[in-house]
Amino acid sequence: MPVWRGWDKIKYQAQLDPAFAEEVTSIPGGEKLFDCIQCGTCSGLCPLSPYMDFTPRKIIAMIRAGFKGEVLSSHTCWLCASCYACTVECPKGVKITEIMYATKRLAIREGVSPKRFAIPVLAEEFFRDVESNGRNSEGRLIMKLYLKTNPFKALKQATLGLRLWSQGRLGIRSDSIKRKSELKTLLKSLEKERMVRSRRETAHAGEAK
Amino acid sequence: MNYLYFPGCSLKGTGRAYEDSILSVFKGLQLPLEELDDWNCCGATSYMAISEMKAFALSARNLALAEKQAHSRENFGLVTPCAACYLVLVKTQKYLQEFPDIGDKIKTALKSANLEYGGKVRVRHPLDVLANDFGTEKLASFVKKPLKGLKVACYYGCQIVRPYAEFDDQHNPTTMNRIMHALGARTIDWALKTRCCGGSLTGTIQEVGMRLSYILLREASRLGADVVATACPLCQFNLECYQKQMSREFEDAISIPVVYFSQLVGFAMGLPAKELGMQRLFVPFKFNPAAESVKGGIHVHS
Repeated sequence: MPVWRGWDKIKYQAQLDPAFAEEVTSIPGGEKLFDCIQCGTCSGLCPLSPYMDFTPRKIIAMIRAGFKGEVLSSHTCWLCASCYACTVECPKGVKITEIMYATKRLAIREGVSPKRFAIPVLAEEFFRDVESNGRNSEGRLIMKLYLKTNPFKALKQATLGLRLWSQGRLGIRSDSIKRKSELKTLLKSLEKERMVRSRRETAHAGEAK
Repeated sequence: MNYLYFPGCSLKGTGRAYEDSILSVFKGLQLPLEELDDWNCCGATSYMAISEMKAFALSARNLALAEKQAHSRENFGLVTPCAACYLVLVKTQKYLQEFPDIGDKIKTALKSANLEYGGKVRVRHPLDVLANDFGTEKLASFVKKPLKGLKVACYYGCQIVRPYAEFDDQHNPTTMNRIMHALGARTIDWALKTRCCGGSLTGTIQEVGMRLSYILLREASRLGADVVATACPLCQFNLECYQKQMSREFEDAISIPVVYFSQLVGFAMGLPAKELGMQRLFVPFKFNPAAESVKGGIHVHS
């Protein structure tokens, strides 16, 4: 008889984080999450759900129940390509794509996003590039991504890169805007603004006031 | 109507042919396009994953610049061909209006950089401009080389129609189909016209992203399409540039031209191939009206 190995899937109330749902739903319109009827429309039509460790419907149930660690370290939100199919079809108006973005931001800030996983790495490289130059250069971005995640893949993709370059479709030099300081001032003034707050951050904000 | 033009980073890089063809077509139709001065990156999906407020600020700067550049001109649009840029700009507009809290914060941030935005910009996709401002009838009068017999799979992708559906139906958009009919082409009727192409996953988790693109191409070829027409630089890149790798990976020879809808518009208007960026395609687009074939597929006639 096969041995049952599901013990690690059982969680007792004391191990859950009851405030997690509040954190995630602190985004504008986030409270709709509590209206979810678990119909599964989102998971059914999500083109990425077959590759996710938890489907969108499960993620919503887990957020409500307080499975913070499991949700934030799962690959689900990073597989969301933000095509908004779920958001448009949800019969209860849950902004699922925005919930996915909120969990991405929380995962990065809590430092629990999957390690050496290309998607958060790409997001952070992209962020840095735009922060300093105001524009991103696809060529440089892709090179940095491969170097940080899988240098062997860079070699495999070299032919594609060369072909793009020969057709004038791949810029390596960094493109930047003229009035960089204007953009810097603008972004800097929002440095501490958070649309989704973890409890720790809410407490900090309270103290600061 | 006056138009400013917001290219975004991709139209200066992998999507150069999109920029080439949009500029040539608008020029050919006597619709002047003026590039937005000192525009910055829209932040795409990556910025939203890190800081939503900063993502809104990036777009707010572009909107503020557009409003300033248009100054006294009433009734102007910011033409944004890239689907990611288009959605982020539209989304920012909505959030600034719907959530005063966010609107105020962004306003203050803009002020600190001596910028100001009064909410006057209308973000427009070129599909919207061509079909609704210019009109397909007028467009048809510019056609010199009708695409008679060409079967086009119109692929809209996700972010142009979702979630806001500013100018077309979310479930069954038809703007591009109508434009193709005006050019004399036929369009195939397919259910995947708004299914996700994989977005940036093709670059990050290739085995997943490429499969999503492959499903689209496989379906389009099975339905007898001669060419896939796109309206987004990332869709075009994903569907076109990985065809060799897909053929190997899925042991299925895939070879179908994937062009920008604007390239087909320019082609039918008789504009030179080079001005439409046709030389930048991996899978060359060839059209020979004499070799009209009627094989397979479900066709929707204009």
